[in-house]
Amino acid sequence: MCDFPFFSLVCTGEIFELKAELNSDKKEKKKEAVKKVIASMTVGKDVSALFPDVVNCMQTDNLELKKLVYLYLMNYAKSQPDMAIMAVNTFVKDCEDPNPLIRALAVRTMGCIRVDKITEYLCEPLRKCLKDEDPYVRKTAAVCVAKLHDINAQLVEDQGFLDTLKDLISDSNPMVVANAVAALSEIAESHPNSNLLDLNPQTINKLLTALNECTEWGQIFILDCLANYTPRDDRESQSICERVTPRLSHANSAVVLSAVKVLMKFMEMLPKDLDYYGTLLKKLAPPLVTLLSAEPELQYVALRNINLIVQRRPEILKHEMKVFFVKYNDPIYVKLEKLDIMIRLASQANIAQVLAELKEYATEVDVDFVRKAVRAIGRCAIKVEQSAERCVSTLLDLIQTKVNYVVQEAIVVIKDIFRKYPNKYESVIATLCENLDSLDEPEARAAMIWIVGEYAERIDNADELLESFLEGFHDESTQVQLQLLTAIVKLFLKKPTETQELVQQVLSLATQDSDNPDLRDRGYIYWRLLSTDPVAAKEVVLAEKPLISEETDLIEPTLLEELICHIGTLASVYHKPPSAFVEGSRGVQHKRLPGSAGSADSPDTGSAAGVSEAPPAVIPSQGDLLGDLLNLDLTPPTTSGPPPAPSSGMQMGAMDLLGGGLDSLVGLLHLGGDLGGSPAMGAGFGAPPTAMPASFPPPVSGGLDDLFDLGGSVGITDLVYVQIWLPAMKAKGLEISGTFARRAGVIQMEMTLTNKAMSIMTDFAIQFNRNSFGLAPAGPLQVLTPVGPNQSIEVALPLSTVGPVMKMEPLTNLQVAVKNNIDVFYFSSQYPISMLFVEDGKMERQVFLATWKDIPNDNEAQFQIKDCHLNSDAASSKLQGSNVFTIAKRTVEGQDMLYQSMKLTNGIWVLAELRVQAGNPNYTVSTVHVRYIGLTGLVSSDLLPHADRRAAA
Amino acid sequence: MIGGLFIYNHKGEVLISRVYRDDIGRNAVDAFRVNVIHARQQVRSPVTNIARTSFFHVKRSNIWLAAVTKQNVNAAMVFEFLYKMCDVMTAYFGKISEENIKNNFVLIYELLDEILDFGYPQNSETGALKTFITQQGIKGQTKEEQSQITSQVTGQIGWRREGIKYRRNELFLDVLESVNLLMSPQGQVLSAHVSGRVVMKSYLSGMPECKFGMNDKIVIDKQGKGGASDEAGKSGKQSIAIDDCTFHQCVRLSKFDSERSISFIPPDGEYELMRYRTTKDIILPFRVIPLVREVGRTKLEVKVVIKSNFKPSLLAQKIEVRIPTPLNTSGVQVICMKGKAKYKASENAIVWKIKRMAGMKESQISAEIELLPTNDKKKWARPPISMNFEVPFAPSGLKVRYLKVFESKLNYSDHDVIKWVRYIGRSGIYETRC
Repeated sequence: MCDFPFFSLVCTGEIFELKAELNSDKKEKKKEAVKKVIASMTVGKDVSALFPDVVNCMQTDNLELKKLVYLYLMNYAKSQPDMAIMAVNTFVKDCEDPNPLIRALAVRTMGCIRVDKITEYLCEPLRKCLKDEDPYVRKTAAVCVAKLHDINAQLVEDQGFLDTLKDLISDSNPMVVANAVAALSEIAESHPNSNLLDLNPQTINKLLTALNECTEWGQIFILDCLANYTPRDDRESQSICERVTPRLSHANSAVVLSAVKVLMKFMEMLPKDLDYYGTLLKKLAPPLVTLLSAEPELQYVALRNINLIVQRRPEILKHEMKVFFVKYNDPIYVKLEKLDIMIRLASQANIAQVLAELKEYATEVDVDFVRKAVRAIGRCAIKVEQSAERCVSTLLDLIQTKVNYVVQEAIVVIKDIFRKYPNKYESVIATLCENLDSLDEPEARAAMIWIVGEYAERIDNADELLESFLEGFHDESTQVQLQLLTAIVKLFLKKPTETQELVQQVLSLATQDSDNPDLRDRGYIYWRLLSTDPVAAKEVVLAEKPLISEETDLIEPTLLEELICHIGTLASVYHKPPSAFVEGSRGVQHKRLPGSAGSADSPDTGSAAGVSEAPPAVIPSQGDLLGDLLNLDLTPPTTSGPPPAPSSGMQMGAMDLLGGGLDSLVGLLHLGGDLGGSPAMGAGFGAPPTAMPASFPPPVSGGLDDLFDLGGSVGITDLVYVQIWLPAMKAKGLEISGTFARRAGVIQMEMTLTNKAMSIMTDFAIQFNRNSFGLAPAGPLQVLTPVGPNQSIEVALPLSTVGPVMKMEPLTNLQVAVKNNIDVFYFSSQYPISMLFVEDGKMERQVFLATWKDIPNDNEAQFQIKDCHLNSDAASSKLQGSNVFTIAKRTVEGQDMLYQSMKLTNGIWVLAELRVQAGNPNYTVSTVHVRYIGLTGLVSSDLLPHADRRAAA
Repeated sequence: MIGGLFIYNHKGEVLISRVYRDDIGRNAVDAFRVNVIHARQQVRSPVTNIARTSFFHVKRSNIWLAAVTKQNVNAAMVFEFLYKMCDVMTAYFGKISEENIKNNFVLIYELLDEILDFGYPQNSETGALKTFITQQGIKGQTKEEQSQITSQVTGQIGWRREGIKYRRNELFLDVLESVNLLMSPQGQVLSAHVSGRVVMKSYLSGMPECKFGMNDKIVIDKQGKGGASDEAGKSGKQSIAIDDCTFHQCVRLSKFDSERSISFIPPDGEYELMRYRTTKDIILPFRVIPLVREVGRTKLEVKVVIKSNFKPSLLAQKIEVRIPTPLNTSGVQVICMKGKAKYKASENAIVWKIKRMAGMKESQISAEIELLPTNDKKKWARPPISMNFEVPFAPSGLKVRYLKVFESKLNYSDHDVIKWVRYIGRSGIYETRC
């Protein structure tokens, strides 16, 4: 391979040979040579050295040879842009060829050559091809627009190709329509806000007509595009659905899935009492089941999607349990997905069958699959109460098999069953204890320890069992250590007489020998609790636990809605929004299901409501043991009665013990939250445990970030926005970049002059054109030494505001001339308005009040600042840094109103009112400005957004 | 959309690499090789995400086809395309093997250029492709021929070209069904379904309009309402309930949706007209009755009875019963009434083969399996007993009622067309737990 220098000699020889063959007179030999070149290219050898020779073969009548040369060009044109130009003429000529296949080939290939110079030549032929008489050429040209857009978006817009593309949606040929739709959809994705696709009932109608006639792939493009449309009312929605349903019988699974996507989305808008709604639901099931007889890879895609569909609309597939039964020869990825869906579909009606199957699976070979099957049995028990007993006995049977991982998995799920049905199945504890020795996974050990602690009073030798775990305390994982600590404390509270020694041992292990702060803190809390008030301790530690709920692993509703909009795509396979795995701007728009129209009364009834209204509780993962503790400590017992004394007692104890007790408690809480991603944290604060969010909502952490950011309290003047004002290209090698700043009351223009030319630069001077605020250099440009090639020099030029005044457009525009020994150069730049705010801009309160009232209405401007996550105090202190002074603050109905003043260098006062709604990232600013000195056309709306946005940024 | 397409041999060497998008670099080729082909663990998913690049792969014998993308593409479409790509290649040069791919790499590049443009699948019907991707060049074509090609490739009937002529108009219909069963040891049907295909070979002139009819319950019930009552009763018994069906793209789906009639202009030659699935009233051609007894820790006694359950006049063929044996089997003794049975140590199974068996018959095998004592705590998983066979009828009960051909422009009528219909029922996954 050419990658290694050792082989390069051989390669050079080879290339030399190929070169000779390529230049041969014989056509056949030439063709063979090009084939060899392509073959080398395929395996990764670098044959770019042959570029000119290969391009020479391009002018040929032989289409096969031509295609090969084109293939070569597409690969190497980018690395040899100058030589690629040589090919342009042939391309342009081919675009005029009488044979439509050759015209299309030329335009198709040209679009794949990503060289700027070539794209310029591409425009004219492309324009012609878009209007070609032959549909084959038009459909190729349509895709070419998307290619060109990928290379140079601006060019496509400037040349008006987008409009031509839109016209193609009305083309008579269905394939042209399909490709135009595909190209437009792709372009629209990178312009989230443009109304490029402009879907309206007319275009939708055209698309639906083309849908019946085009190729399978075209149908997919059109259906995917339709899914982005939001019908105006339920009738339109229904009529589209009616025209899409025939696609469900298509042999191509992708067509079926895309049709399902459109239907799932538009169904949201149909009233539930409509007959058609029921019909549609019934129509969806058979095609989904049929997808499962496709090839395994497609089955996998289908199953991942069905998983979403079942969560959104369980009623569709509730009678189809059997088709999800695992077949012995299914690939493992299909098996695991089927299992997931089986659990979701399990209900009282089919539980017997499901359990029989699951038991069968638990004896299979694949470890992951078996574990999942065992876990599924536990889930069934929790989900369908009637089956719990049978599930438990099945699990016991499995434990009897003594297969290590089966036993461990079974114990983990039995723990959950105990929590769901307390005091019901404790008879099995004896069996569990027999397997104590075989447990080697932390999760299983922790679960077993929990069980022993929880039911310590019924296990005669509980102390011995726990003591045996204690021997290797330091080698255990944190999860097990925490659980062991709690379990022993529980045991002590239940059997205080025999276990005093044990509890002291574990407390000292946890508090003195451990480096783990969580463990230590928990140890101290228990210690304190036990030594101050054992009764309270009992009430805290042995308090009744909140029940766990049945639904598990549900996808968060908003994410689910988004994923439903992405049925069939990668997002639905990964169960992640596109932004999680796609780079750049593509696909980052969040899609949502349309709201139900038509009926105001309970738009989402039935099972869907269960998903969208109450965020489902999740079985706390095993890592949440800390959360578990806090749960016990801080949540008042659910039983009614006197308010719990223990919690206050406990807190005081903790305070004594730890000095800054409360602080560390809070810290502990945070740790708990962070460690497990723990849902229990919410519960710790008294929120009902059933409403725990599955994960932290992102805004919370966003807000925190900003808070920390504020800590620094950076003034605007310190923020540096270095811009290149004068690129070297335009100034014979002189590059000027810089920024404006206000430092200690002096406005400065801070510049970096870089010499990118070959000769030395001297004699610098600077001058400003007249401008809105009379900015002028306060002294000459201090460049004392000559600037050599590739050197740069930094200068700060102080500015005064006493120069000639002229209103500029935009207001803060500044035109500058810089001279050196070579020439005079001009550039313009914009300065932040905030640098003109003077330090004594704080107005007296009374004056402010009076002035505010006196300002005429037409001197007022209002606007909103969006996406600013500061609270009012933070904003105020930030603004102060740039001489925007807060005069007063009021709070009205949850809104903070800040009254602010600032004064410009030319004596103009600006008064502003800043409204901040807590929790709402939009600020409303209403500003009023007063003029003391007449200055024409200083419009506040022009002025303030700059100031405030800069500040907010 | 699809950013690139690679074909590898089993060693992970690239045979074909075609990149369509700028965001896919050469390193993607290596990433797939390292992370999937050379991965130590068996691949757990056909979709792999490596460093924000998604790879879709399918395997044909020992050839890997991988499609690569960085966008949120339609995953189902990518897999459908990969299958289609395999079909097209098979149609051009036969079996997909390393040798065939190497010999035809120029052709493959040409095909890839045509059927995938900027990652968007284009017309990939072999019938149409073969008219202009021939490896011979297309210089000789007249203008009419060229425009005919382009209109066919982009047209509404992309699967058939005009001007086809046969001296004898003939068509063959094959109803191919695979019957799937999962039965409990006690003989209870856990799940059973038939997935069927109607494959058509058409050698018809012109652009014939065809109409296909079968004993679909919905159609017959509908007709029964209008027609004579006794006929409805008679045919009603024979009708079958089809759970779901899908059609070749030549079938007018909207017409099927509204009238449930199957009308189409068929492609020339062989293609799959429809696929269907039924779950009700399936005729299970064979019943397997297993009896496994563990005698102590070192011996297993197995007795399996198979019963054929169809008309005595029909013959089932290629019958094979596969009885799994434990891994620690040391020896097997088999006695069977009919056919041949053999213990295959490499497959951990007793394979019992019977060439032919008529309906309503019964046959039996008994075996004694010696086991080596092991300390393995894990019990033997007892995989199900599986069966293979072929029967000359459709286990779903599907019957072709008619296939009418209309060609108004040419002078042949429905009666002149010679039609052949054949039914073959094969075992899919036909398992009985023991």
